[in-house]
Amino acid sequence: MAADGGHHPEHAPRFAERAPDALNNPQLRRNFRRAMDGLMAKRAAQFPDPAYWAELRARGAAVKARALAKLPDLLERLETNLTANGVQVHWAETTEEANAIVLGILQQAGARTVIKGKSMVSEEMHLNAHLERHGITAVESDLGEYIIQLAGETPSHIVMPCIHKNKAEISDLFAEKIPDQPRTDDVDELTAAARRVLRERFANADAGISGVNFAVAETGTLVLIENEGNGRLSTTLPPLHIAVTGIEKVVEFLDDVPPLLALLTRSATGQPITTYVNMISGPRKAGEKDGPTAVHLVLLDAGRSRVYQDVELADTLRCIRCAACMNHCPVYTRVGGHTYNAIYPGPIGKILTPQLQGLDAAGDQPHASTLCNACAEVCPVKIPIPDLLVRLRREAVRPTETPATHLPVVKDGGAERSWKESLVWAGWRLVYTRPLLYRMVTRALAWGGNWVPASAPLMRDWTKARARPRFKPRTLHDLARERGYLNEVPK
Amino acid sequence: MTAATPPTVTAPAKPDTVYFFGTCLVDMLYPEAGLAGMDLLRHAGVRVIFPEGQSCCGQPARNSGYMEEARAVARAQLDAFPGDIPIVVPSGSCAGMMKTHYPHLFEGDPDQPRAIAFAARVHELTAFLVNVLGVTLEDKGAPVTVTWHPSCHSLREMGVVEEPKALLRQLANVTLVENKRERECCGFGGTFAVRQAAVSTAMVSDKLASVRETGAGTLLSGDCGCLMNIGGHAEKVGDGTRCRHIAEFLMERCHGG
Amino acid sequence: MSTASNTARANILGRLKAAPGRPGPDLPPWTPPTYADKLARFRQMAEANHAEIHDVTASNWPQRLATLLNNRGLRNLMIAPGTPRGDALVQAAAQGVPLPPLVPYDQSVEALKDALVHQVDAGLTGTRGAIAETGTLILWPTAQEPRLLSLLPPLHIAVLEEDTLHDTLAAAVRDQGWAAAGMPTNALLISGPSKTSDIEQTLAYGVHGPKELIILLVKKGE
Ligand code: SF4
Repeated sequence: MAADGGHHPEHAPRFAERAPDALNNPQLRRNFRRAMDGLMAKRAAQFPDPAYWAELRARGAAVKARALAKLPDLLERLETNLTANGVQVHWAETTEEANAIVLGILQQAGARTVIKGKSMVSEEMHLNAHLERHGITAVESDLGEYIIQLAGETPSHIVMPCIHKNKAEISDLFAEKIPDQPRTDDVDELTAAARRVLRERFANADAGISGVNFAVAETGTLVLIENEGNGRLSTTLPPLHIAVTGIEKVVEFLDDVPPLLALLTRSATGQPITTYVNMISGPRKAGEKDGPTAVHLVLLDAGRSRVYQDVELADTLRCIRCAACMNHCPVYTRVGGHTYNAIYPGPIGKILTPQLQGLDAAGDQPHASTLCNACAEVCPVKIPIPDLLVRLRREAVRPTETPATHLPVVKDGGAERSWKESLVWAGWRLVYTRPLLYRMVTRALAWGGNWVPASAPLMRDWTKARARPRFKPRTLHDLARERGYLNEVPK
Repeated sequence: MTAATPPTVTAPAKPDTVYFFGTCLVDMLYPEAGLAGMDLLRHAGVRVIFPEGQSCCGQPARNSGYMEEARAVARAQLDAFPGDIPIVVPSGSCAGMMKTHYPHLFEGDPDQPRAIAFAARVHELTAFLVNVLGVTLEDKGAPVTVTWHPSCHSLREMGVVEEPKALLRQLANVTLVENKRERECCGFGGTFAVRQAAVSTAMVSDKLASVRETGAGTLLSGDCGCLMNIGGHAEKVGDGTRCRHIAEFLMERCHGG
Repeated sequence: MSTASNTARANILGRLKAAPGRPGPDLPPWTPPTYADKLARFRQMAEANHAEIHDVTASNWPQRLATLLNNRGLRNLMIAPGTPRGDALVQAAAQGVPLPPLVPYDQSVEALKDALVHQVDAGLTGTRGAIAETGTLILWPTAQEPRLLSLLPPLHIAVLEEDTLHDTLAAAVRDQGWAAAGMPTNALLISGPSKTSDIEQTLAYGVHGPKELIILLVKKGE
């Protein structure tokens, strides 16, 4: 029943084709297993009381759901209050537009070097490459992001971007890329080396760029969380700060932040709180001695307003990017982030990427799941990820339309359509809705099913790692009758 | 979240009649497990009806995105199990489909009220034996060590955590050893096993390794999908672990099969 | 805002407003924890965050600080002149308390950048209270007490009055009336020194901000 995929001539290798690379890399497998086991245990230790977890999470989910219900209104309120606070707000429909806005601000300020705090939205924009093309150097300052930037890689995890690398690999990388840096096994020394290099970058940066965790409409406040202090430095030391964020990050009230914060840090890294919670409500005021003199916020859509059109799929936008779903995902744990070939890996990526990039590019992703529900069990804002995976599987084969626009609800809806597969399900439906036919077919299989050749399409893949299933000579229908179980269905 | 969430005991009055929904997988590949499930119910003193009209819960089509087909087959089950008799299912996954997904599957369909009422009648077999029938078991078998594999849907859709273990602990000569990774998926996932064959293989091989680590020679589960996967893999790699449905195991030990 | 941004704004808001309406749920009740002994909880959590806590009094703390810093060989200690804490230290130093040389944060960051980035060994700030649940300090930097004072020096010393403890962040936001008062340019929650576990999930301190956080806990009525 595998989709034939024949109409994707140019597509990048799909998930199933990419997975073996990671699966056959024992070092990578060990790195991920170890890391994910640790993160799961740390998270579990933060929620010892199931009743309190249920209460907190219900609150967090409702806060985000309420914010989404009022999304356009809250965005306008956020803009009004940020503007009153002196923050300049920009809107971008696409990542290209967002890049142009950021570049324009930097060029106007004559900025040559930029220091960056961790931001998945800037990854989504491929901002660094864009700035580089225009002669502006962007240096990542989160240690994990710095490491992968040095290595010329992309994040493999949305919270811990270099989780796929071990100490030895990082030591080699530093020795190669940082002048006068010896190889060392000592994490403190590696960390100190990064501090040394990045301090200078901070001191000389013309601008800082960051993401946003929560944007509070009521007060016009940008909330950023982090452990390292690089986020605070990026948003405080350079004279110019540009924050980029998705439109779904807005919440209504300041009171909405505490429950979400409590959920986010506990779910993400098993910390009751991060070292820093940095709440920015404006540029440096007259008389203040530090802080950027100009603060900008770029609000990025990039497909989110389309996700918003469908009330069920819009649950995706509740996400607070804690990564608990990937930490608990048995698939992610085995293949790591790069196999997804997407900005957002893991369960959240499997529902978000197809919606933002379209089912043509990522229609196979919703199938990279056993629907085991481990993600839904831990998601702090109760996103029904497995249900949305199934919904997207549907949109990939039998798209629904947005009534107003007559466009498929999800971009490239129907991209995975295959007449062979439709035919199989039509046949299945025919048999399984007609009891008599069903009993005839199952009896036939009981008699001859075991002669299905091992080379038959599904059997071939199944038996690579497993013995073939064996049809029994008599079905349960037969045995039930023989053993005298009633078939008297009361009317 | 702690793994040991106590089962929510709603303790409905003990019914005198139940329906048995065998599931399509059991029907063709594990009929003896289904039969054992019915026998256990009969031994507990309830009348068991096995409606001939039953086929499949519809999950395979739903999980593939073919909602109309899934709904058509689900509707056939609504027809096959009329009235308000409890429906007992020897699979957490099929039970989960019927209990947690039927209402949504029938959204906007005139049959939705029927689907909702149907969903409310669905019980996973071990949870029904423990929470509704309150069965007591007497072990007549030789000493054996077993480990338990909960299916993802029995755990996380049906909330069946402790019930099967409670049944096993009633058996004097059975030692239950816990698998440290029992909550992790075995990698079956229906078509996932063939669509994502490589990942699925990695998952099932890790699962089998974790089973082996328990030292138990027998793996019990309440879901034949998992059994087909783990047992099939064990057989393929020449691992001697026996993989069996819990109903069959219980029948054999308490009532001689 | 540019024309392009204006168009984007209109299009995004237009799409969002045209989308089917959905009811916003009422918020279910949530009772954040409370602590019979806030101080004990704060201590436990702050120490778990790798902060060092010293009990002091309103009168003896400069002396205590001098003793604490005695063996550290600090080249200097940066303070915020014009704040009660900063001024108290200046006064103490003038009276002969053996503090490290005090450096005032009395100019803009542009003028002080090199010193701040490379030369200052420690910075001292007050706090606006603390949170027991998580062992967190609340700082609202001001014109007198700038933001970087708690960030650039490798050692951050924070003075906390015992009677400003709140159970949780939710309680602090509510009781201190944050939303109504209007938020400052920058409000900070600080829970321990700067840290990272990006390399093999091994904790390392001081990756960008302070390597150490010392909390001087001013006991009341002493
Ligand atoms: S989907 Fe849920 S669990 Fe996953 S990152 Fe988002 S909030 Fe966290």
